[in-house]
Amino acid sequence: MTPPLPKALRRSPPRPGQDDRNGKNGRNGKNGRNGAPATMPTPKEQAVEGAASVVGWLDERTGASPFLRGFLYRKVPKGTNWFYTLGSATMFAFLSQAVTGVFLAMYYEPDPTRAYESASRITNEVFLGEFVRGMHRWGSTVMIILIFLHMGRTFFFGAYKYPRELNWVIGVVLIVLTLLMGLTGYLLPFDQRSFWATVVAVNLNASGPIVGPYLADFLRVGSEFGPTTISRFYALHMLAVPGLIAVLIGAHLYLVAKLGTTAPPWLKAEKKDLLKEEV
Amino acid sequence: MEGTALAAGGIATMAFALPGLGFALGPIFEDSNPTRWQDVGPEDDFNDETYVPRVMNIDPEIGDAGKTTIYVRKFNDGQDKVIKGQDPQPYVVISTRCAHLGCPVRYIQASQKFVCPCHGGVYGFQGDVEGGPPVRPLDRFYTRVTNGRVEVGDRFSLNSELERFAPRDPSNHLDGLWQYIYPSRPTT
Repeated sequence: MTPPLPKALRRSPPRPGQDDRNGKNGRNGKNGRNGAPATMPTPKEQAVEGAASVVGWLDERTGASPFLRGFLYRKVPKGTNWFYTLGSATMFAFLSQAVTGVFLAMYYEPDPTRAYESASRITNEVFLGEFVRGMHRWGSTVMIILIFLHMGRTFFFGAYKYPRELNWVIGVVLIVLTLLMGLTGYLLPFDQRSFWATVVAVNLNASGPIVGPYLADFLRVGSEFGPTTISRFYALHMLAVPGLIAVLIGAHLYLVAKLGTTAPPWLKAEKKDLLKEEV
Repeated sequence: MEGTALAAGGIATMAFALPGLGFALGPIFEDSNPTRWQDVGPEDDFNDETYVPRVMNIDPEIGDAGKTTIYVRKFNDGQDKVIKGQDPQPYVVISTRCAHLGCPVRYIQASQKFVCPCHGGVYGFQGDVEGGPPVRPLDRFYTRVTNGRVEVGDRFSLNSELERFAPRDPSNHLDGLWQYIYPSRPTT
């Protein structure tokens, strides 16, 4: 069952004696014959009516409004506070990374002989380049801080318990993917720090028994850092991992809407309600 | 109808997923480093007492990122260990890639040691581990002498007895049972 539309969005029914301007009365009725100016809709009313009809057209064909109403106006427990917004904050950090990343990709060249130059060109020559690159660079840290705070909130509020275990698991996978974004993005400026940090990170992967050395070969595209290592990191950084993150955020949100949020742990069930249920 | 559609869908998915996967994983199974002998100077440049730094090009396609420092000295008949059944190389060429996680080590003449800046690995004159986290001695390169000039070829790894192994990644142990956990790979 979907909750009712909030009052602000409901159209008030016409009062007795008031003209129903949009109804049949207005068009073929007495007012038109009288030529009263009140029957002509104002531009504002026309605009509202136009927008409403576009929304109505879409809604009639998608049936989206019950879903959206259920999703956006779902009931939340008492005591919900700002800590509950950390997940959304993380998602907005991801969106910011996605948007700034798309714009950075317009100037960046994933080639070992061009990467450093193109990255410094973004910073020094492209209009607002330093700002967009800075947002992407600092935004990555912000996203990792927020995602861990979100995890902490979930843990300390006990929100991972039945029936939300699956959402916890998806969240942990999202954390790993976010860290993977940090790892693959670190190489791309291709300065000394990027290069050696990646060498060390790939060799850390190589230290895993049996599959480790193959994993390192996969990341490097061969046994040494080579001409296509950057392209591989770039493809993982801008296509594979963000795609997975977007899909998993969708699943994460679906489960949040489906299962609802938990009340904060300091909130006790009210006695009256308990009695009611027992009777 | 339903079964056929499912099968067709499955085949269509496999038709792009399998080649795609092979495309991404292919480089794991092919030799990425063909042998290239590189001239590092005339024989007169080197002696058997100390190491001389030279720059070697591991991957010529990627500019400066493909270059690496190596330390070269002549094989010392009295001092250097000869492993039974292995031809000694005419020159000892030490790779600067630390056997811990791959940072570049530096040779310090005063103490005759190789020192890694990242996590404090220390190696002796032979490249054997003397301290810190490295799991095996520093890698070396094959050498040969052509027309009085020293040439450097492929990399090889060593265990703590300085026995030769196919090249391994840094962090891969080579002693005892460890060598089976870190197998030699087709890429090297």
